[in-house]
Formats: sequence, C-alpha cells, structure tokens
Amino acid sequence: MIRIANGQGFWGDWLEAPVRLVEDGRIDYLILDYLAEVTMSIVQKQKQADPKLGYARDFPPLIGRIAARMKERGVKVIANAGGVNPLACADEVRRLAPQLKVAVVLGDDVFDRIGDFQARGIELRNLDTNEPLREVAGEITSANAYIGAFPLAEALATGADVVIAGRSTDTALALAPMIHAFGWKSDDYDKMAAGTIAGHIVECGAQCTGGNCIADWKTIPDFANIGYPIIEAHEDGSFVITKHGGTGGRVSIDTVKEQLLYELGDPKRYIGPDCIADFTTVRLRDDGPNRVHVSGIRGAAPTEFLKVSISYLYGFKATGTLVYSWPEALEKAKAADSIVRMRLKALGLQFEEICTEYFGANACHGPAAPPIPHPAEIMLRIGVRDKNKKSVDRFTRELIPLVLNGPPTATGYGDGRPAVREVVAYWPALIPRGEITTRVEVAQ
Amino acid sequence: MKIPLSKIAHGRSGDKGDMSNIGIIAYDERHYPILVREVTAGRVKQYYGEMFDGKVERYELPNLGALNFLCYGALGGGGTLSLRIDAQGKTLAAGLLGMEIDVDESELSR
Repeated sequence: MIRIANGQGFWGDWLEAPVRLVEDGRIDYLILDYLAEVTMSIVQKQKQADPKLGYARDFPPLIGRIAARMKERGVKVIANAGGVNPLACADEVRRLAPQLKVAVVLGDDVFDRIGDFQARGIELRNLDTNEPLREVAGEITSANAYIGAFPLAEALATGADVVIAGRSTDTALALAPMIHAFGWKSDDYDKMAAGTIAGHIVECGAQCTGGNCIADWKTIPDFANIGYPIIEAHEDGSFVITKHGGTGGRVSIDTVKEQLLYELGDPKRYIGPDCIADFTTVRLRDDGPNRVHVSGIRGAAPTEFLKVSISYLYGFKATGTLVYSWPEALEKAKAADSIVRMRLKALGLQFEEICTEYFGANACHGPAAPPIPHPAEIMLRIGVRDKNKKSVDRFTRELIPLVLNGPPTATGYGDGRPAVREVVAYWPALIPRGEITTRVEVAQ
Repeated sequence: MKIPLSKIAHGRSGDKGDMSNIGIIAYDERHYPILVREVTAGRVKQYYGEMFDGKVERYELPNLGALNFLCYGALGGGGTLSLRIDAQGKTLAAGLLGMEIDVDESELSR
C-alpha cells in the first residue's frame, strides 16, 4: 500500500496544507496541482518578460520549507508546477533545496509548433465549436498538450525526490506513483481508470474532505484545521480516501460523492490521456471514521488523441458596482442600470455583451432565486466585454456619476472606477498522440 | 406532497467551458428513483429559464444514487469571457436544491 496526499488544488490554494500533510502523519507521495487553463497564459507572459520565470512561483519556496522532512521521511513530490518553464522551476528548487534530486518532464509545450501543425494540416479545431484555430492564429498566448501519468512515472523511476511537469493532467499526478510503485501496465485499463478516479477525487484538495460540501455542512468539524486528502492505494486498484488523524473536516460517502460529481461530463466516458474511466462502476463503502473505501472501477482504452489547451488574446472587459440602500433598493438599482444603458447608447458605444446583476436579489440563481420583498440593500453590478478597448474604457466612466446624477442612496463607489482587464480565452483542441514526445531530464 | 429537493438530496456544480455540470445526489440511495422521476432535464432547463442558453442533458449514476446534468450555454460565455459573478456555476447545485418536487409520503418513509 502507498499513501498519496494532495496538498494543493490550484495555484493559490492554502499554503499550509502541503506542509501539514508532510508534518502531521505518514505519507509516501505528495502531489500538488497548480495549473488551471488560464494559468498557462499567465505564466507564458511572465516568461516573455523574464526568461527565468514562467512557472508556479509558490512551489520552490514550499519545497525549501519541507525539504528536510521530505528527506527524513522519504516523501516524494510530484507537481505540475513547471508551467511553461519547468527547467527554470527546477533550477530554483535546487537552489532552495540542494539536498534533493529533481527530475523534469518536458514535451507538453507546443507553443512554438502551432504554425508547423497547421502547415501539416492539423487544424486544431475547437472541441466545443468545431472552428479551426486559424481564426485566432495571430493572438495565441500559450499552447500545451495534456500529458498522462507514464512520463511522470518514468521521472519517479530516476529516483528523483521532486518531479516537475508542465501541463500534465491533474489526475496523472495521482496515477503516476501507482504505476511506479505497482508496475501497472498501460493496457491494464481498469487500473488506469482506478488511479484516474482516485486522482479526480483528490485533485481539488479539501473539496473531498469537507470543503465546499453541501451535505450537513454545519456539522463538519474544525474547518480551520481541515485535513487535505490522502489516497491509500492498493496494488489491485482499490483504494481508501482518508486524511490525517486530528485534522478538521470530514471524509464520508457524502463528501466523496460530491467531489466525484464535480466537473463531470458523461460519467461513462471520462476521457484522459491514459484511459477512458467509467464513473458508473465506482463502488463506495464506509470504512470507519473519515475513511471511504473505493473499488470496482472499470476503464477502457484511451483515444488516439491528446487534448491541447491553447490560450489566446480575446479582448477586454470591465465590471463595476454600486450599492443602493432600502427603501426600494432593487427599483433604484434597476433604474440606474437603465440610465447607464441609455447613456452608453447615446455615446454610440456597442458591446459584444453587457451583463447586469443585482446582488442580494438574484445574481447567482436568476429566475430560480426566491423573491425578497424589501431587501435592505442591493448591489448593482454591470459588466461589459468587447474587442475594442476604448469602448470598454469609456464604460468604466459611466457608473460613479450616478452617485450624484441618478436615483438616491447610491454608495459603495470608494474603490474608484473599475479596471479594464484583458480577456485571455481558452481554446480546447485535439492532437494526434504521435505528435507529442515527452522526455525526462534530471536537473544537474 | 411538495418538498424542496434539498430534503432528500445534496450536490455539487462546476464548469466546463460555457457548460455547467450539476450533480444531484440522494442522501439515501433508496430515494434515487424519486430523483430519476422528478428531476428531469426539462425541469432543470425550465427552472433556470433565461440563465441557460442551450440544452440540458441528464446522465444517470445509479451506483452513487446520483444524476449529472450538463447545462449548455449556462455560464454567460464561461471561463474568462463570462461577465457573471458565478462564471464557474459554483452555486447552481445549491440553487437547484431549492426546486420543489412531488413525492408521496410513503416514498419517504420507505
């Protein structure tokens, strides 16, 4: 049996979680998931500004902080912290933790190969809209293939203490140590699926240990010291989801089910680089306090393609808010919205989209929200998006004047006019597997 | 009698591009047939009305006593494009649990 803990559900997750996982009990592998789709374009920009950057900057200091304990307890770290510059990330890790052996997985970054793909007829059509990529070709800000668990397992086989990847899938981080420790073969699809679903359960950190849990949330103990998840993985593909003793939160059938359903598409076809996993085969059993046993998972062969995540500059947006107090708060906010729209129209400004929401009334659930007859206050929030930056910038001037020249009791304008933000959009596509060759480098 | 879905189910929702997935889970797996009967794709689409631009598809997970709804065009563009506060659909499961369903008292005590 091996213990695989996840200490980071995204870049920006709780900094103490991975430290506590290493300190508070026994684990063999610590996995850390840093990358979201937008993250890649952010790190690409950082690299363009400074060739020594372009990775998750929280990661090297974390390894510096836990290096002594890792060495003492034999804990290995696997992280997709490399962003678009895994070698620079590895250099910084070795500077801060010179006693650790660091391996890097390369080959996911295809930013420089897009033109070559298109020249050879690989159109990289959008998975959702089926449009070919050439529509946005000039404005691409990053492009990465989602690589699977085997390159990470190969990196573990070098005896590395720290494995750094770029855009590996979140679930591959958990499957890789199982492949490494148990010698699983790539055509044992049930085991590939078991490791993938184990990875899915833990990939959002505390979201399977009581965080963001709707079921009986008020009875979940000690959120302040919530324990992050641990997979106790067995060679036969069964596993237990648990957490360290003495930590807060909860692991139960309910908390695990909620995370199983999170960001799920067709449950019979969860498509990843290593297999297609079938979520309708998952069997859960209560295995004592804060322990859920998972078994029965079936999988099938993966497709001939890998997913590629491409980001591109889309345009600009801005959102601003004003607060109206009781009485008639919602009526005043609605009047203000209509005034803003009339003034934008009078200026001849057109937007791809204008979106108005009334916080306190129905911003989250729209027509499904229960009516509130006399809200104490309502926050008006208006957003616009367009390719034309000047139009978006002009919009940002139209909210604060309402404090003096619109309906009464407007407040909450203290942060000034809203900022214009660049919109980097995401283009999911497929690429034939054979186009992507990964390699492992042990940093010297 | 009419009860809110939250009496017998919990859930979680999230995003995939401009699509939101809403997972609805029976607290007691014996109540799963009630979910299958009452919480149809059509009712979910109707419940959220103008918030959803596209269709709603339903998938069944009897092994978990759960349903998974894929709601297309549900996030005002999705990802970084959306201007909505809940651009990731994080609160849509909680909202759907407020929907009223029709049950027979005997179904609940079973």
